Amino acid sequence: MEKGGSFSSEKNPEEKVLEEHKNERKVVIPGEKIIESMDYLPGRNCFRDGNSIYSKRIGVVYYRGRVIDVVPLSGKYIPEVGDMVIGIVEEIQYSGWIVDINSPYKAFLPLSGVRGFIDPSKTDLSRIYGIGDVIYAKVFDVTPLKDVKISMKDLGTRKFENGRIIKVSPVKVPRIIGKQGSMINLIKEKTGCRISVGQNGVIWIQGEKENLAAKAIFEIEKNSQVSGLTDYISKLLSKE
Amino acid sequence: MERLDGRKYDELRPVEMKVGVLKHADGSALVKLGKTVALAAVYGPRELNPRHMQQSDRAILQCNYSMAPFSTMERAKPGPTRRSVEISKVTREALEPALFLNDFPRTTIDVYIVILQANAGTRTAGINAASLALADAGIQMRDLVTSVAAGKIDGHYVLDLTGEEEEITECDLPIAYMPREKKFTLLQMDGKISEEDVKNIINLAVKGCEILYEYQKKALYEKWAKEGFE
Repeated sequence: MEKGGSFSSEKNPEEKVLEEHKNERKVVIPGEKIIESMDYLPGRNCFRDGNSIYSKRIGVVYYRGRVIDVVPLSGKYIPEVGDMVIGIVEEIQYSGWIVDINSPYKAFLPLSGVRGFIDPSKTDLSRIYGIGDVIYAKVFDVTPLKDVKISMKDLGTRKFENGRIIKVSPVKVPRIIGKQGSMINLIKEKTGCRISVGQNGVIWIQGEKENLAAKAIFEIEKNSQVSGLTDYISKLLSKE
Repeated sequence: MERLDGRKYDELRPVEMKVGVLKHADGSALVKLGKTVALAAVYGPRELNPRHMQQSDRAILQCNYSMAPFSTMERAKPGPTRRSVEISKVTREALEPALFLNDFPRTTIDVYIVILQANAGTRTAGINAASLALADAGIQMRDLVTSVAAGKIDGHYVLDLTGEEEEITECDLPIAYMPREKKFTLLQMDGKISEEDVKNIINLAVKGCEILYEYQKKALYEKWAKEGFE
């Protein structure tokens, strides 16, 4: 049988589900019933109890095919593999660095996560990354017990030499980046600043108009639910 | 016959709940039940120090209940007392079953409850506020926790006792209850009373909890419902 052939006469059930719920953006609170059905699977931030799926936290319901996700509206950053984060080096150990990534869990940057071969018995590790250095790193391993390892080998990772960092709520990061980076590109364009946004809510800004860029980002954080936000930010940036 | 403040026997005191009253906390809530005012702030999940207290498979919940010095007619001496340590413990045990603590291994979730004004039912007001603050902080929960006390005065079962009523009641029975799960997380009792009375009082308190649950949901939606639109 050809792949997908069995659904050819009728609509793919996943598509049907998507169509039914695509436009719902319901806000749910902990313990609130999302749906009473065995046809769906609980995804992120929700759980099954009997025949129903309930939300674990305050958030917005999204249907990913037959999987239900709750995208949180508040909460701390919990690292996930593949995230790009901005961290501050906090401690140097024999085999690597301990990095604060604005999360309940500290991240560990092992020597194997740095480009090139380093012999720790002959090298002063603080010459590579010293305490207080700000780095843009990729989360490459998170164990179930939340041991977090980050890496500086991936594309885009780097150490920030100047500029400043600001912190926002990690759940607002997608809004600050915008669809395909539209929002952040707008700010970059209008202020001429270089900006890097970490998934963990830490943002690095460097340029002439650092203050203006920071102001725009805080404005997005505060008004993240307003419609027409891009226009509003565009106006705000053009004024000054 | 009416109650001292004109309420019906199964009526709650005027309820007021507000979520997100403190900027600095990860989650916060203010709950007023008549003249009793409780403020709760939640921090976390955050790194737990000292490290030997860390649980490698789950978060721990730390609750701190205290009364402001100005919360009663006579100055309440600040600092932990026998009573406040007990209430901190029962509050923690009332909230723990509602949380998915396994989602945040090695961390702590800190709950601070301050009674700003006391007129009986401070532990129940504190639990209501703490449950809202935990939800506000985005902590994974099975259900909200609601809490209220009931008692028996002159042969009538009465809900949500005031300070004046607490002095004349035959029994004071606070409960905490998860309305969706229909499970109790706190049950205490002062006084001497028959088995049948206990059952009736618990049933009355459960009814009160279900009303409070609606207020809690309303308070959470008031802050968060607008966030759904784009």
